[in-house]
Amino acid sequence: MSVAPAEVEREEAGLDAVPDTPWVTIVWNDPINLMSYVTYVFQKVFGYARPKAEKLMLDVHHRGKAVVSNGTREAMEKDAAILHGYGLWATVSHDR
Amino acid sequence: MSGAPAAGAPDEEETTGAFRRSRGRVSARFTAAQAVILRNLVSQVTELMGAGAEPATAPAGPGEQPLSLEELAAAIGAAGPTSPPDDPVLARLLPDAYRDDPEAAGEFRRYTEQGLRSGKVAAAQTVLDTLPAGGGRVRLGPEDAQAWLRALNDVRLAIGTVLGITEDYEDEMEAASWADPRSAYLEVYHWLGYVQDSLVRALW
Repeated sequence: MSVAPAEVEREEAGLDAVPDTPWVTIVWNDPINLMSYVTYVFQKVFGYARPKAEKLMLDVHHRGKAVVSNGTREAMEKDAAILHGYGLWATVSHDR
Repeated sequence: MSGAPAAGAPDEEETTGAFRRSRGRVSARFTAAQAVILRNLVSQVTELMGAGAEPATAPAGPGEQPLSLEELAAAIGAAGPTSPPDDPVLARLLPDAYRDDPEAAGEFRRYTEQGLRSGKVAAAQTVLDTLPAGGGRVRLGPEDAQAWLRALNDVRLAIGTVLGITEDYEDEMEAASWADPRSAYLEVYHWLGYVQDSLVRALW
C-alpha cells in the first residue's frame, strides 16, 4: 500500500452526522506531533481548508481526540492507514 | 500536541536547519554536524522498520558522538528493542487501528503493516539521498518535501517515545543538567521539531 498523500475530495459537510455511514476515523492527541504538522496533514489528506483543519487539530489537542472523517468501514481503514503513514495516531471505530 | 519550538540562536543570515520556500521548492542549509545527526537517526528508523539500512558512514565531527536510540534507552533504563508488540517505539510507529478490538486490529495490521513499514523506509531513504553527508544545502521538490516531513516525524516519534516526552518537555530540557543522559537527546528532539515546523511553514 502506498502511503503517498492522497488528495481526497470530500464534501465539506462530510463531518456532519450522516445516519447511514456509521464508521468514523478518530485522531488521538499525543505530546509529540507538532500542532502545525497535524493541521497540515489534515489539509493534505482530507483537502480541508486551513481554518477547518486548524479547528480539528485544536479539538484533538484540547479534547484528546476528534473525529476526522466518516463513511464506510473500508474508507475509514484507508484514512487510518494514510494517517499512520504521516505518524498520526488514528483509529477506526463504529459510531453506534 | 506540541507548539512550535523556537530557534536556539538569533537569525543572522540564515539559521541552519530552517526551511524556506523559493521558486516552488523548499530549501535549507545544514551543518556537517547536523547532517551527521539527522542521517544517523533516519538510518536507525530504517533499521527499526526492518530494511537493510544504509549504515551512517559519515564520520562524526570532533566531539560529535553518533546518537543511538538503543544506547539512550539503555542509559535511561527503558526497555531495549524487543519483539514488535512490546517495543513502545515500534508500537508508536506502527499503531493499532482499533482500540478495543484486537481481532480487527490484527486484521488491519495484516493488510497494512508492510506498506506502512516500506513507506517509512522510503521516506527515510529520501532524506539520505538528498541530505549531503558533509552538510550543505538541501533543495526539495514537492514529493521529496513530503517524504522529509514524514521522515522527520518518524524520528521525532521514535526519540520522543524513548524519552517519554510530555507536552512540558521544554521545562525539562531547561532543567536537565549536562550529566543527564537525556540532555543531548532532548536538545536534538527540540531541534528536530524546529526543522519540521520550518518545513511545514515553508510548504503552507
